[in-house]
Amino acid sequence: MSGVPFDHLLLMATGLFLLGLVGLLVRRNVLFMLISIEVMLNAAGLAFVAAGARWQAADGQVMFLFILTMAAAEVAVGLALVLQLVRRYRTLDADEYRLLGRS
Amino acid sequence: MFDLIGWLPGLPLLGYLLLALAGRRMSRTVQSAIGVGSIGTAAVLALSIAVAFWRSPPSGDAHTVVLWNWLQVGELTPRIAFTLDPLSLVMVLVVTVVGFFIHLYSSEYMAGDDGFARFFAYMNLFVASMTTLVLADDLLLLYLGWEGVGLCSFLLIGFWYQERVNADAARKAFVVTRLGDVAMLIGLLLLLTELGTLRISEVLATAPLAWTEGSGVATAAAALLLGGALGKSAQLPLQTWLPDAMAGPTPVSALIHAATMVTAGVYLIARTHVLFELAPAVMAIVAAIGAATLLLGGFAAMAQRDVKRILAYSTISQLGYMFLALGVGAYSAAVFHLATHAAFKALLFLAAGAVSLALHHTRDIFAMGGLRKRLPGLFAAFLVGGSALAGLPLVTAGFYSKDAILWQAFAAPAGNAGLWVAALAGAFLTSSYVFRMIFVMFFGQARTQVSHALGARILVPVGSLAVLSVLLGFIETPETLGHVTLLSTFLAAVLPASAAVHDLATETLLQLLAVLAFAAGLAAAYLAFVVRRSETMASERLPGTTPALERFLFEGFRFDGLYDTVVVRPITTLARANAADVVDRLYRSVETGVRAAYAALAPSQNGRLRRYAAVITGGTILLVALAVFR
Repeated sequence: MSGVPFDHLLLMATGLFLLGLVGLLVRRNVLFMLISIEVMLNAAGLAFVAAGARWQAADGQVMFLFILTMAAAEVAVGLALVLQLVRRYRTLDADEYRLLGRS
Repeated sequence: MFDLIGWLPGLPLLGYLLLALAGRRMSRTVQSAIGVGSIGTAAVLALSIAVAFWRSPPSGDAHTVVLWNWLQVGELTPRIAFTLDPLSLVMVLVVTVVGFFIHLYSSEYMAGDDGFARFFAYMNLFVASMTTLVLADDLLLLYLGWEGVGLCSFLLIGFWYQERVNADAARKAFVVTRLGDVAMLIGLLLLLTELGTLRISEVLATAPLAWTEGSGVATAAAALLLGGALGKSAQLPLQTWLPDAMAGPTPVSALIHAATMVTAGVYLIARTHVLFELAPAVMAIVAAIGAATLLLGGFAAMAQRDVKRILAYSTISQLGYMFLALGVGAYSAAVFHLATHAAFKALLFLAAGAVSLALHHTRDIFAMGGLRKRLPGLFAAFLVGGSALAGLPLVTAGFYSKDAILWQAFAAPAGNAGLWVAALAGAFLTSSYVFRMIFVMFFGQARTQVSHALGARILVPVGSLAVLSVLLGFIETPETLGHVTLLSTFLAAVLPASAAVHDLATETLLQLLAVLAFAAGLAAAYLAFVVRRSETMASERLPGTTPALERFLFEGFRFDGLYDTVVVRPITTLARANAADVVDRLYRSVETGVRAAYAALAPSQNGRLRRYAAVITGGTILLVALAVFR
């Protein structure tokens, strides 16, 4: 099986992961932070799929299914939490969610 | 009859309880009736017991009444039990009879005081403790009485506690005597562990079998008991509390600090003389301390201005005589002097109290003067008491008792010429300071007005004690003068007679020298304070001394300053240095460390979600980097 080289896929995954990470660190909106986490998860998933293709093993795709399921569960919980946060604090700004260290 | 001895401490204790619990609701009359009546009844009881004892002594010259078992801890089974024997009988008589006169006197002396009931409650408790002390069958019970009198002394010295000086004096007396008490307690525990019993009769019987003479444990036990005796009887080096104890009301000084409590040490040594004889070194120390103390007290009394302080130093000095007698093994002479001293010193204190009552509470002798004509009765009382204290030959009690000690200091096996010279010098000093006091107070020009007439309840005790001060001497006279030995024969069952040499010629010579010392003291005082004072009116100074020396004597050889430098200052300095608690610093450093770590780490827990994410990222990168590039 040929096509996209493995190195490119890994670079792509790394790029996506970093994009997600930077998004997580710089965005203050919780919703966007969740989306950034999704991006990072997908980057990891891409790496797994790429590796599975590279070594002709099914494990990579199985792992991607796991990650997909987990991401769905995570989003369900995460969105529920965001809902509660918005109800309580009337804002989506993550920096406002502080009870510790009000300095 | 003898079974009633439990009431001797019991009656005063009952009086104490009544006055302490319900005294406030009684009238003055009822209060003084209870306070004086309880002691009076006890005195009558003691006298009738004494008569019965004299007529038909119980078998073995001792009668024990067991009231109940105090406690039972393994081998130790101390009982509340009283033993009556000749020695305790003499002590009980002194305590209750002299105590009764002083209580009677107090009922008038203290009449205007707000704390009337409290005063009599304490006084009754004191007599109860003292009779417990002298009647105790068990050293533990004796120790209970011992601490009881210490407590009452504290309460009564600080009776007028609103003034800080009095409270300080009370605390000083308590702390200083406590030093001795601790030594005594250790001594008792030593006796208990070594002999397995604290019952006095058993201790005295088993100690000579268990210990050889001069052995280390016997010396330690005797020395520790001596420590207790030194504290209570105000002997060197624990004498400093007694002059300050004069802060209490005068009847207290008379009862506690002259007649009874301070003699507890003498009683203790006489009672446990068997232990002391097993330790000849300690006996020698007792005699030496006695000699040193009697000189110190005499010198210090010369320079005092306050009449009560003169009498206080004279008490220290006379107790020194008793210790000297004990140290040379002349126990009955010590007890004899104890009894006569109780009478004439109580007389002097009561008379001094009456004088200062009549003169607006003046106590400075140089502010008095010329009282001979204004207060002739008290002058007579002072003359009798003073003569007895100084040892006026042939007629006064003090002469016979002091003469017995002087002779024993020379002639007893443990006595020597040095001790005798010290005692003789002490006799000269006694006579000079006594007559200095009398001449300054009663002769010369009058300086104050007599403002207060004295009632019968003051004059009767003073008169009775004056009679006792004379008559008591005739129960025991030296071989050269009649050779009456009522007291020493009576005490022979408890206190062995001193094995003094018999040499009538020497004894007569020494007696003449003692008389000379008395006369010389009298003459010196007369020259210095009557003749010279009338020539040069202003002089209040002690002749033949520099002001510095007189100041030194006035302050009692500066023992207070010495103790302040050696003991009090270092302790307070140490306490101040340790105010922050050095040991605590170790533990506090743990706390400081924890606090510092908290302060350093707390900012990391700031609740900023994105910061957390960044730190997690950084940490992961670090871990991965470590794993990869290691």
